[in-house]
Amino acid sequence: MVCSVSICAGEIFELKAELNSDKKEKKKEAVKKVIASMTVGKDVSALFPDVVNCMQTDNLELKKLVYLYLMNYAKSQPDMAIMAVNTFVKDCEDANPLIRALAVRTMGCIRVDKITEYLCEPLRKCLKDEDPYVRKTAAVCVAKLHDINAQLVEDQGFLDTLKDLISDSNPMVVANAVAALSEIAESHPNSNLLDLNPQSINKLLTALNECTEWGQIFILDCLANYTPRDDRESQSICERVTPRLSHANSAVVLSAVKVLMKFMEMLPKDLDYYGTLLKKLAPPLVTLLSAEPELQYVALRNINLIVQKRPEILKHEMKVFFVKYNDPIYVKLEKLDIMIRLASQANIAQVLAELKEYATEVDVDFVRKAVRAIGRCAIKVEQSAERCVSTLLDLIQTKVNYVVQEAIVVIKDIFRKYPNKYESVIATLCENLDSLDEPEARAAMIWIVGEYAERIDNADELLESFLEGFHDESTQVQLQLLTAIVKLFLKKPTETQELVQQVLSLATQDSDNPDLRDRGYIYWRLLSTDPVAAKEVVLAEKPLISEETDLIEPTLLEELICHIGTLASVYHKPPSAFVEGSRGVMHKRLPLGGDIGGSPAMGAGFGAAPAVMPASLNAPVGGGLGDLFDLGGGVGMPMGAYIPPKTVWLPAMKAKGLEISGTFARRAGVIQMELILTNKAMSVMTDFAIQFNRNSFGLAPAGPLQVLTPLGPNQTIEVSLPLSTVGPVMKMDPLNNLQVAVKNNIDVFYFSCQYPISMLFVEDGKMERQVFLATWKDIPNDNESQFQIKDCHLNSDAASSKLQGSNIFTIAKRTVEGQDMLYMSIKLSNGIWVLAELRVQAGNPNYTVSTGTGEGRRTTLLKEREI
Amino acid sequence: PQAFQIFILHKVLISRNYMGNMDMNEVDHFMPIMMRMEEDAESLPLVTHGSAHFLWIKHRNLYLVAMTKKNANAALVYSFLYKMVEVFKEYFKELEEESIRDNFVTVYELMDEVMDFGFPQTTDSKILQEYITQQGHKLDVGAPRPPATVTNAVSWRSEGIKYRKNEVFMDVIESVNLLVSATGSVLRSEIVGSIKLKVVLSGMPELRLGLNDKVLFEITGREKCKTVELEDVKFHQCVRLSRFENDRTISFIPPDGESELMSYRLNTTVKPLIWIESVIEKFSHSRVEIKVKARSQFKSRSTANNVAIMVPVPSDADSPKFKTSTGSCKYLPEKSVVQWNIKSFPGGKEYMMRAHFGLPSVESTELEGRRPITVNFEIPYFTVSGIQVRYLKIIEKSGYEALPWVRYITQSGDYQLRTN
Repeated sequence: MVCSVSICAGEIFELKAELNSDKKEKKKEAVKKVIASMTVGKDVSALFPDVVNCMQTDNLELKKLVYLYLMNYAKSQPDMAIMAVNTFVKDCEDANPLIRALAVRTMGCIRVDKITEYLCEPLRKCLKDEDPYVRKTAAVCVAKLHDINAQLVEDQGFLDTLKDLISDSNPMVVANAVAALSEIAESHPNSNLLDLNPQSINKLLTALNECTEWGQIFILDCLANYTPRDDRESQSICERVTPRLSHANSAVVLSAVKVLMKFMEMLPKDLDYYGTLLKKLAPPLVTLLSAEPELQYVALRNINLIVQKRPEILKHEMKVFFVKYNDPIYVKLEKLDIMIRLASQANIAQVLAELKEYATEVDVDFVRKAVRAIGRCAIKVEQSAERCVSTLLDLIQTKVNYVVQEAIVVIKDIFRKYPNKYESVIATLCENLDSLDEPEARAAMIWIVGEYAERIDNADELLESFLEGFHDESTQVQLQLLTAIVKLFLKKPTETQELVQQVLSLATQDSDNPDLRDRGYIYWRLLSTDPVAAKEVVLAEKPLISEETDLIEPTLLEELICHIGTLASVYHKPPSAFVEGSRGVMHKRLPLGGDIGGSPAMGAGFGAAPAVMPASLNAPVGGGLGDLFDLGGGVGMPMGAYIPPKTVWLPAMKAKGLEISGTFARRAGVIQMELILTNKAMSVMTDFAIQFNRNSFGLAPAGPLQVLTPLGPNQTIEVSLPLSTVGPVMKMDPLNNLQVAVKNNIDVFYFSCQYPISMLFVEDGKMERQVFLATWKDIPNDNESQFQIKDCHLNSDAASSKLQGSNIFTIAKRTVEGQDMLYMSIKLSNGIWVLAELRVQAGNPNYTVSTGTGEGRRTTLLKEREI
Repeated sequence: PQAFQIFILHKVLISRNYMGNMDMNEVDHFMPIMMRMEEDAESLPLVTHGSAHFLWIKHRNLYLVAMTKKNANAALVYSFLYKMVEVFKEYFKELEEESIRDNFVTVYELMDEVMDFGFPQTTDSKILQEYITQQGHKLDVGAPRPPATVTNAVSWRSEGIKYRKNEVFMDVIESVNLLVSATGSVLRSEIVGSIKLKVVLSGMPELRLGLNDKVLFEITGREKCKTVELEDVKFHQCVRLSRFENDRTISFIPPDGESELMSYRLNTTVKPLIWIESVIEKFSHSRVEIKVKARSQFKSRSTANNVAIMVPVPSDADSPKFKTSTGSCKYLPEKSVVQWNIKSFPGGKEYMMRAHFGLPSVESTELEGRRPITVNFEIPYFTVSGIQVRYLKIIEKSGYEALPWVRYITQSGDYQLRTN
């Protein structure tokens, strides 16, 4: 590839002479040659002064070429680039609008600070130029300048001028102004730059009808950031956006779909219009599949999201996703994915017939996915399971190696979903044992043999055959083999003693893999100490597998819906995962659902995340802030974070004799889950382990549950489990809900508990006074809430020091008319700040608290906590 | 911005850095990724290297690549790249390495005009041609100015167009997409229609098109007419979309010259126009025998022209022999198909073809997919959906009379019948 090929000195010399020629034609030809060299990657920067000398020309083509040269080399020759400034400034006043626009466009592309300074005056004039062509170019130039020097743009007041252009009479100027402002706003997520309100929205919707296809996309993408005040406004915007679904440009259609998908969220489901809108969305989505393959791909990745969010839209459109022979492979794979998502009892026969057809194609990736899809259909649509299994058996008969292996992997899942139903096929599976060379398939087969060892006559022989090359197997297969042989031994102890000895010693003595060794030792000890317990552990009933395992997690799905049409929607990843410098930029969210009922206006700032207020939060949350004050009158108690009393989380009857009670505490900056485990059963409990489901604040055990000695009958043990806040996050309902799984040698038990939010208040939550002042002012009214704490008999100082024990810091205090006002800050473990004002009237046991935060939903959270 | 840089490359032929703050050398990673994917028989229109995302399309042997580091609007980028191809084709007849090299000055000018700072601007090639021409200009005399059209609400038609004879030619073209399973059941049948215009009209004419649209007839209460239910309609940007949404009126100021006014799609249960039954018997190591029966399932007053039926044969087949009741057969080894051509195929007829191939005694190890039979045809003066142009009203303030001419044609689209 040509990147930089040096150009020989002779050639440069020659060009130099030509550039300085008196003949205009010769000059022009020379500049052309220079640009041609530049195009193929040669370095012609040495000619800078000579080329710039040609800038003052009356030949438009030559001028454009010189400008092009400048854009390329100005950065490497900043001092000389200044030479060009005069001409630029002059050109910005040229009689011909094409020249004025060209000059301002090019100047914005020259990223040299000194030049930028000179750009301001011409730019100001061009923003008010009489010709819309110049204005639309100048609008974009503001965004360019902002990218080079944001401060300068703000100081010069260009942002206001840009905002004014949204009301320009020319639709293209409006569109470019919207694009430029959106671009700038992206780097200032909280700046409320576009100040979207019903009036400005109306202007945008009017411009939407008149501007070019690209302008329509800018406007639609901008509209998607708005949060309507109520369902009526939402509906009226939707009504004006739907005509865009008939636009010939697929990108316009997708951007319109984004706006509609988002605003639909606010419409009550029983509204007639809601149903109408749903119906209107299907045909344009289907038509996108007739676009160019790359656009089809973008459409399919987005349809995948839409189908997960609102399956009703496309539920009758299964056939359009049938694969055509000449579809590119990436389109085929995506179509297949959507087919499975749409599969239902109503269409399963057709789907299966198709999948069977695909499974006999030649493209390996596609065939594998088709086979897997058959398995997923079996798991998803119970009525079809039998047909799926027989289809898979037919495919195994083809003996095509990778087909057989995929089929075995999915059959294992089918066994887990429908235990004791299809085991008759095991014999057929066993016939193909030798052909399996992929770890996943080998592991699946071994699992099947171990799980059904009692029904397979020669299970011991089969497993033994794998054992020969034990050390060459992948970890996955080794682990599976170990477990399978232990299962076999527990089921047929007499004949398999030797085999189990062999595998245990292979796993524990000859292996370097700690997982394998540990598992080996556990089995070994189990088997040697208590075979009955071993049986209960190893042969325990397995939880059923769920139907759809690959659904996108709901909060991510919501965010991706807000990014329809963009790279994020194609990758199925939030922008923060792949765009540098976007961490900390707020995640987009869908607006509040329309069913919840009369919602007040909410934060509608441009770029800011619309507030989410889960309705169920109105249910009381355990462990409120009120508790922090310890109403019982804890004067003289040692200071420290409030710890709620322990409660029973898991009663013994629900957990085969294991009782768990506990509470949460924050000690020395570490969140602790303090547990009391009581064994109320007759037998010894061992092998305790704990796991959390994803939760709102990413709580996760920071280490294993430390129960080292077995827990005898009627024994009790107290354990402290340190928690981290870096686990996977998912919004829970209520927010502070935590779902926990505890395992012991008997079974796995589940319970949920609620932790006091104050656990999450971090020690460095004391905000700088200045910052506090500024932030307090910036909190939108809608994000504020007020409530009272009743019957609290502490004075303000005592309250302040008491709260400090829970990491609620007093920043300032003032007294007005006998009323103490405390200003306080809290920082949550996920970095969100909450500010509060606490008013204490001497002699009045009731406190008034106002809280606010940059992010609306946290306020509500606090409010509920502080009842 | 949606895209920071656009490259047209084979090796990098030409590029434009729209943002200025990105390393132009990042694109060097692109071709190696393409080559790796080709080796692995993979393909994806979106690839990543580090923090750079490449969105690409391929035109002949050229890659058009847009590079971005932000969460760009991917749909916009692809649709813009295709638009660029269109613009270059209008300018240089064909977009290929040579035309880029020979016209690099114009290419730069165009790239400067169609996108600014990553935002697509004017991409209408007819309007671009008014001020970006391939001749040099003197500034003082006759240098072009940006036509008002560029920024006007009517950005696709310039004022002051004059013709001696005012006419509009309209082609209603319907393509039939068909997918039939190996067992002979229709999996999908779809009509994609397109109305193309060639406008030879002076001034700024207002046009209104009337179709036998079912929804429109229901609104206006007209009945007993044969109507068509259009499932999804897409319009050229000249059509007032909100007007259509309100009362189904198709009203517009047309672009000059040729353009696609609208396209529509409908799922139908009509009989496949040309039905194929086939038996392909493969006797390993010796021969393949193919029997194909083609039946036309439309009224006998219509005739399908230039019918071509492509039947797949194994890639190692040899010594072809054919017998047909009508038309002629050709073996196309590079595509591994037998092509059966029937110049004229009237409605309600049935024709036969037999083919015989030898197979080598040593079988190739390569697995072959089961390719479908595909059919090409066109039937003039006929629309399979029954769509009709009821009127095209042309109003211009100068009051001239203009004649609309309408032509109908139905043709094969993606017409596939799977084989056993």
